[in-house]
Amino acid sequence: MKEGKTVTAVVEGKSKRRTPLVDRFLFVVKVVLIGLVTIGFLAFVAQQISPDNWFARWRNPGATGLSADQIKGLVISGLSQGVFYGLIALGYSMVYGVLGFINFAHGEVFMVSAYTGYIAANKFSANGMWESNFALCLLIVLLLAVMVSTVTAVLTERIAYRPLRNSPRLIPLITSIGVSFVLQNAVLGIFGPGTQGYPQLPEWLAKQRSILTFEISGIKILVFLVTIVSMTGLWYLVERTKTGKAMRAVAEDKEIASLMGINVNRIIVTTFAVGGAMAGVAGVMFGLLFRAVNPMTGFLPGIKAFTAAVVGGIGNLGGAMSGGLALGSAESIAPQLILEPLGVPGVTQLKDAVAFTVLVMVLLFKPSGLFGERLSAEDRA
Amino acid sequence: MSTETSNSESTDPSALLEFRQVNTHYGAVHILKDVDLAIYPGELVCLLGGNASGKTTTLKTLLGMVTPTSGDVVLDGEVVNNQPTSYRVANGVTMVPENRRLFKRLTVKENLMLGAYLRNDRDGINEDIEYVYDLFPRVKERLSQKAGTLSGGEQQMVAIGRALMSRPKVLLMDEPSMGLAPALVQQNFELIEKINNEGMAIFMVEQNANMALSIADRGWVLLTGRVILDDTAEALRANEDLQKAYLGGGSGE
Ligand SMILES: Nc1ncnc2c1ncn2[C@@H]1O[C@H](COP(=O)(O)OP(=O)(O)OP(=O)(O)O)[C@@H](O)[C@H]1O
Ligand SMILES: [Mg+2]
Repeated sequence: MKEGKTVTAVVEGKSKRRTPLVDRFLFVVKVVLIGLVTIGFLAFVAQQISPDNWFARWRNPGATGLSADQIKGLVISGLSQGVFYGLIALGYSMVYGVLGFINFAHGEVFMVSAYTGYIAANKFSANGMWESNFALCLLIVLLLAVMVSTVTAVLTERIAYRPLRNSPRLIPLITSIGVSFVLQNAVLGIFGPGTQGYPQLPEWLAKQRSILTFEISGIKILVFLVTIVSMTGLWYLVERTKTGKAMRAVAEDKEIASLMGINVNRIIVTTFAVGGAMAGVAGVMFGLLFRAVNPMTGFLPGIKAFTAAVVGGIGNLGGAMSGGLALGSAESIAPQLILEPLGVPGVTQLKDAVAFTVLVMVLLFKPSGLFGERLSAEDRA
Repeated sequence: MSTETSNSESTDPSALLEFRQVNTHYGAVHILKDVDLAIYPGELVCLLGGNASGKTTTLKTLLGMVTPTSGDVVLDGEVVNNQPTSYRVANGVTMVPENRRLFKRLTVKENLMLGAYLRNDRDGINEDIEYVYDLFPRVKERLSQKAGTLSGGEQQMVAIGRALMSRPKVLLMDEPSMGLAPALVQQNFELIEKINNEGMAIFMVEQNANMALSIADRGWVLLTGRVILDDTAEALRANEDLQKAYLGGGSGE
């Protein structure tokens, strides 16, 4: 009685098949990309072994290779950039999980948090508490910024996305781009276009330390610690609590989730709130690390975080964080490990190009993302 | 829009779950047409009808997943037209949905516990989960397995178990034997009878009409959204028109 469904599925499968021409083109692109990466990396290895090597000199006659400390430095700076992508990517991934659309305004939530942190930190700095009682100030700044970004995320859901709940997914996606402009311009209107500075960090936090032979600044250690704590908290919430179970149920099947008695709207709000809180943590940490914030601060990290979410496998939280770390590392390492040996000029300017090339490669080789499950047609029709 | 209370004569205080002159629409399409139904405590009732006759819609309307355009849904004497699904589940109805619809990426245990989402009585929940394990020892062996990796028969067990975890007074079942091997279909009906014998009212939609009528007390037949027959199971089984029109090819041969 139910064969009808299988038959349609087969027919759809056929019509989705790409033309051989496109297949051949994609194959060439794959081969070229893999070839370049391999040659670049081999040339780098050759450089490291001996700079006089003909292979190392082939594309880049001035090659000198990198010292171990330089490589370690690249890894650290890549990872410390990557945790921001990861923390923001969680919000993209969670919202995609429950509602199936990309909330492009999420990068702005991160920026709003960075601004809140800037205001609060400078207030504390003005009355001297920032220096005298840094830990307490930081905690308050963090709490405030997380609160503001959570409220921002929840409000955008309530005002912009909930009325569109039953429309095609493209509509909230376009709306989210609008929300993004609204937030950017609101901040622009209030604070002006200039870059605002965070107050100086205390000496003990700013100074370089050496851990396991890695040279790393105190603030980066703090960023990693805070990220680990936030991720653990998120993992506990999603995997171990009743609310988390409800979130996963809603992500999979809203109708049946409501049959279980779950208040689907409340769970969606919770999802936005948690994603907003993660972006909030990222915003303050970003402000402390780079000590500068402007209305466009959320734009590039937002896009990169979205890339990270896709790279890791969208809808998958571990994937979002790993995608962020992978993207940050690739961005930091690949220019000097792969591009420079290929003789590409000005490689340090090419971070963004590298990030999006990583996206293209992941989509070519594993369209569901590094850690993504294959999204079946019935899941994401 | 106006959900006027119809003063239909079918008002019956002893019914657990009732439809009074219910109409539902999907957009402009009229699905259920003036449907009256009543389910009493302890009964096993089945709803028969061809494809697209509105059986699933009936169950969804009972649960508030579809809102009627007119008429009343009555649960335990209370008109629940404006109450959400969660309210109705908390007050004693739930469903084993068509195709089971387990949360495939969640474990078996998590699926079962979601059935008890609205409950806070720890002891009662533990009691009920033990009851489910007794009914389905196979399920107990697979608690930490992802539900999506279970066999069809096992998924059916978990779907029934999940529904039982809300401790309903009426259990709605949408085509519980769909997609099961013939041997399992028989077992499944025995199980439904067993659960019913322990006192739970069951309202079951089935394509497998002869088998359903063989365990049911009463049955309704739906034709394009209208109840065309409403009788005891015995009488329905003896009804030759029905046998020819809907039940042909069942146990007749
Ligand atoms: N969400 C919906 N939107 C629009 N039309 C719907 C929707 N759900 C069901 N219908 C239509 O309502 C009619 C009745 O559907 P319903 O699912 O109640 O049938 P059914 O009796 O359960 O059929 P089956 O035996 O195939 O499960 C069908 O014509 C169906 O296409
Ligand atoms: Mg149906």
